Amino acid sequence: MGTTASQLGKDLLSEYQELTFLTKQEILLAYKRFSELLGKDEKDVLHERVPMDRILTLPELKSNPFRKRICYVFSTSDSKNGSLTFEDFLDLLSAFSDSATMEIKSHYAFRIFDFDDDGTLDCGDLEKLVNCLTGETDETKLTAEEMRQLISNILEESDIDKDGTVNLSEFQHVISRSPDFVSSFKIVL
Amino acid sequence: GNERRKGASRAEEGESQTRPERIDRGRRKRTRSHQDTKGSEGDEEVQPKIQSGRAAKTRKHTKNEKTRKKEEEEKAEKGEGKERHGKRKKTSASKKEREEVGGKHTMKEKAQEVKRKNIIQQMNCIHNSLSSEELEKLKEAVDERKKLIQALRGKPWPIKKKCVILRESQEFVEKYEGALGKGKGRKLYAYKVLMSKALMGRPYGTIPRKTVPRAEATSAMDFAVLWDFGVSCIITLTLTTSCFLQWPFHATFRKMCFQGYAQYSVLFYGYYNNQRAVGWLKFRMPLSYFLVGVGTVAYSYMVVIRTMARNANESGVGDDNSFNFNWRMFTSWDYLIGNPETADNKFASITTSFKEAILEEQESQKDDNIHLTRFLRVLANFLVLCCLAGSGYLIYFVVRRSQKFALDGLENHTWWERNEVNMVMSLLGMFCPMLFDVISALENYHPRVALQWQLGRIFALFLGNLYTFIIALMDEINLKREEENIIKFNITVWEASLFNGTVSVNSTAPPVTIEPADVPRGPCWETMVGQEFVRLIISDTMTTYITLLIGDFLRAVLVRFLNYCWCWDLEAGFPSYSEFDVSGNVLGLIFNQGMIWMGAFYAPCLPALNVLRLHVSMYLQCWAVMCCNVPQERVFKASGSNNFYMAMLLVILFLSTLPAIYTIVTIPPSFDCGPFSGKQRMFDVIQETLESDFPAWFGKVFSYASNPGLVLPFMLLMVLAIYYLQSTSKSYKEANMELKKKLQTVVQNMFPPLVQQSCFNVYF
Repeated sequence: MGTTASQLGKDLLSEYQELTFLTKQEILLAYKRFSELLGKDEKDVLHERVPMDRILTLPELKSNPFRKRICYVFSTSDSKNGSLTFEDFLDLLSAFSDSATMEIKSHYAFRIFDFDDDGTLDCGDLEKLVNCLTGETDETKLTAEEMRQLISNILEESDIDKDGTVNLSEFQHVISRSPDFVSSFKIVL
Repeated sequence: GNERRKGASRAEEGESQTRPERIDRGRRKRTRSHQDTKGSEGDEEVQPKIQSGRAAKTRKHTKNEKTRKKEEEEKAEKGEGKERHGKRKKTSASKKEREEVGGKHTMKEKAQEVKRKNIIQQMNCIHNSLSSEELEKLKEAVDERKKLIQALRGKPWPIKKKCVILRESQEFVEKYEGALGKGKGRKLYAYKVLMSKALMGRPYGTIPRKTVPRAEATSAMDFAVLWDFGVSCIITLTLTTSCFLQWPFHATFRKMCFQGYAQYSVLFYGYYNNQRAVGWLKFRMPLSYFLVGVGTVAYSYMVVIRTMARNANESGVGDDNSFNFNWRMFTSWDYLIGNPETADNKFASITTSFKEAILEEQESQKDDNIHLTRFLRVLANFLVLCCLAGSGYLIYFVVRRSQKFALDGLENHTWWERNEVNMVMSLLGMFCPMLFDVISALENYHPRVALQWQLGRIFALFLGNLYTFIIALMDEINLKREEENIIKFNITVWEASLFNGTVSVNSTAPPVTIEPADVPRGPCWETMVGQEFVRLIISDTMTTYITLLIGDFLRAVLVRFLNYCWCWDLEAGFPSYSEFDVSGNVLGLIFNQGMIWMGAFYAPCLPALNVLRLHVSMYLQCWAVMCCNVPQERVFKASGSNNFYMAMLLVILFLSTLPAIYTIVTIPPSFDCGPFSGKQRMFDVIQETLESDFPAWFGKVFSYASNPGLVLPFMLLMVLAIYYLQSTSKSYKEANMELKKKLQTVVQNMFPPLVQQSCFNVYF
């Protein structure tokens, strides 16, 4: 821990503590894990951009059905290729941390579930979401009839303005009532 | 770097446009020309400016109140300008800011330095009259910035953007607040930053956490164990501190019963002396014993109810099921899963839950063959009642038998016969739930409802058993008290005989020294009660561990190794691995806590024992879960929130403390042991304390307050208050439902759908 701590300056560390929900130990651990992802020739941990396929080798993300969406959402690259810098990685961990607020978590959850990035969850998004959750194999997929029924039930429950899509405020309204959301929407290194 | 300067100059212009008559044009030109110079030149010019700035600052310090105010008001203008500047930066410049790499940092820094010095100069140079509104505006601006800094963490922006805003805001606040308060504001701000940094390293956050590939979401289990552990710890702490406070003062072991080594220990009631004030601190031991006992119960009540209230708050409008499908969709995945096998299990369970929810929705309309279902349910309930009655009678019978054994003398019987009661209770607790499970197959309820019935029945079983046990214990207490009377009589006879031998009837006798150890000892029913509870808990623990080892571990070993040479697939079919029963385990914890509460008054170190037991249980069960269990196929929680278990805990708390309270109030304490020996009732100690340790008027006040004529109307008032609060809560719920409906209809009817969509997209 000694050498890695000295590479991440104290000022920067305290600034990150101020701006994210992570504690000092968590930031240092993130730094260590992120630097392990870099290749031999990539020394500058703070400014290097790591491509998505390397990020997805992390055990915390490997089994997650939404791993690619998570990378796309937190990536600040111009080409939207899902690559993350260290600060993007910290953003990710902060949003998924224990102490993050319901608002932050629901905001990012919405963006993760919005597969086509249009700002609402329409039928296409919901269908992709269900397929993600039910796994890859054919035995576990839902039939078309079941899918249709499921999506209509969901929209009936949460679509207040009856426009056929779930927008951010409707989503947050539903999620804030859920007792499980905050505890399940968590990633810890 | 250029960006910033341009922005700054834009701000200046903006300001000047709003107050042309106030700002000296000449000075404005000068400052603008300063802004336009390049970095290197700016540096040279900065030097004289710094000096003049400093001079200006000292001048400022010597000014009087009025001119200072004017300056502050002026700064308000600057502040507004900077705010606008800041906001504009957020929207337009943020993208460009993100692209700036570290290389440009130094130039930016330099430019910032220049700008800052310029503005300070400006402040110092301009002396115009300012109104008090502008002073207010400045304060508001500073406060807004501070709030922004606090709220930055919760904003969904990337870190780079937040960094920029943070630095800007900090700069702003430092400059204006520090200047405003002659450095006081600066110190306060620095102090706040320091405190928040100090508090940042919270104890639990400093330990790097390890990912445990979770077998399943045992949130209810975690919660119960941790909560239980926490409460047990606190209760233990209270009791042990009170124990150890009088440890050095127990020179006399006079009041001890001589049966078994453990009875000497602090563990039991009988250990405690009835001396009123112990040691040089005048520690009121009996009073403390009583108050600690009552206090721990009150504390437990408070904790349980507070947790329930907090849970109710968090889960919003209580336990409504109106977002069933949405929750399954959006909140069912557990992001902590790191193991591919677990992930597959989770996928399967999610699919099952979707399919079942859809089916449920479809079948909720259908309603066939209701008479057969009703008949079967009635039959099932009847069978369950028979089981409960049977188990109650069995316990009663066994307790009676053990009393008979006790009269015969315990040495003549086998180990089983001596510990019959506890073993029977533990075995019943193990097998009856399985029986109930089988019976509930008749009922054909929805799994969640069936689970609630199951939990209710296990609850009834436990209560029935415990109360039968207590009734039997009461019989034993009465026996002991009769024994006590006999011994008291014997003592008086014996003492009389000592005197009779030496003296005639009418003369005064020299005091006869009686050796304390020679006096025949009285029986101690309280210690007996404490002992019984300890034995109950130990046997309960042993049963749990043995069932764990045999039922889970042995079964897993058999399934794994016999599978190679068996005809059918042991792992897929019967018996396969055992499932980890979350609700059963939580219930076990709750019952364990109930027993602790019951026995804590008579065996003060029971909570300490329990903490130890919880430690061991946790590690053992952790190992067992990882090694031998598979997750449940269908995860049906008894209720959405944890309030179901908390409610059970509250009921158990009430029912457990009832026997203890009854014995305190009705039964007189043993004459020969414990802190209340010699008193008529245990709570007389409070009366005594009031009379001797408090001033006279206090005792009078207390006696007035405890007058039934005062207490009864007070209780009536509380009942009325509860009724009132309940009716208001009901009316709030109804209002809530109405508002929800109204919201739906209003939004639907106000705008045509297309405009609606675009409206919402833009707004949100």
